[in-house]
Amino acid sequence: MVSRHSESDIGTDDQVHERAEEPAKVPMPVKIVVAGGFGVGKTTFVGSISEIDPLRTEAAMTQRSVGVDVINEQSEKTATTVAMDFGRITLGNNDLILYLFGTPGQERFHFMWDELVKGAIGAVVLVDTSRLADSFAAIDYFEALQLPFVVSVNCFNGVVNHTVDDVRAALALSEAVPLFLTDARERAATRDALLTLVRHALSIARS
Amino acid sequence: MRIRPYAMTGGRTRPRIDLPLETLVRTNERGWSVRHEVGAEERRILDLAIEPLSIAEISAHLGVVLGVARVLAGDLVISGRLDRSTQPVPAPGGGADVSLLERVLDGLQAL
Repeated sequence: MVSRHSESDIGTDDQVHERAEEPAKVPMPVKIVVAGGFGVGKTTFVGSISEIDPLRTEAAMTQRSVGVDVINEQSEKTATTVAMDFGRITLGNNDLILYLFGTPGQERFHFMWDELVKGAIGAVVLVDTSRLADSFAAIDYFEALQLPFVVSVNCFNGVVNHTVDDVRAALALSEAVPLFLTDARERAATRDALLTLVRHALSIARS
Repeated sequence: MRIRPYAMTGGRTRPRIDLPLETLVRTNERGWSVRHEVGAEERRILDLAIEPLSIAEISAHLGVVLGVARVLAGDLVISGRLDRSTQPVPAPGGGADVSLLERVLDGLQAL
């Protein structure tokens, strides 16, 4: 059903594009939020499984959030916009595209989170055991929204300073929330983390 | 872009339709046929969206903030030059629908 138009069909352009005679439906987007503090490995996690190199998009802060927390040591750029790195994975028969949006967990980004979580399957919270507190705001937020989430302890070089039980206790995390070790650089580990989230979301949706 | 990000939308900051950042758009035949008649940014969008592309990707490729990409793409959807994806219908509880989750699970397992 895909045909190649002759060059005369598309005017003067040199490039010949493949076009469907009867275009199929536009694929449906689905999204997963990847939250965690600066430097915890969100973009690495996204990039390990994304079919494109992670892209960066920026959202202009709302006036309200600008007023709260603009004066800091960050550059002027980060004071007026927030950046998110994201990737995509085409699933199924090209009818589903999964987006992974990496977002900093700080409260000053919450204006963006409301849109990010709307319609999301759930969230992967990446934590670094040396900076557990960086994940508190994200966990509080997802708990309050009752958004399905899992906590993934990123252990670079296989080194982990705490046991999983210690981390669960430190985060005051319910036993119902999956918590596991991961290596954000490894595609297979990232895929497992996403599978764990989707299974968790399914068990909640079915209950 | 940093100083007045909405200059290229004529100062409009709100699209006329709701376009979440993951919304996929694709250039249709009509959009393709008018790509030489539209502004530079709109033409770039029509060129990029030959394959389905999200609002977030348009923002990244054009180097504009999300809100600008939303307004520009929204205009092209309203004028019938871009087709847009339907959004997943949330389950009654607000979460994702079971059948959609199963499709995502199957898709990830097949990777």
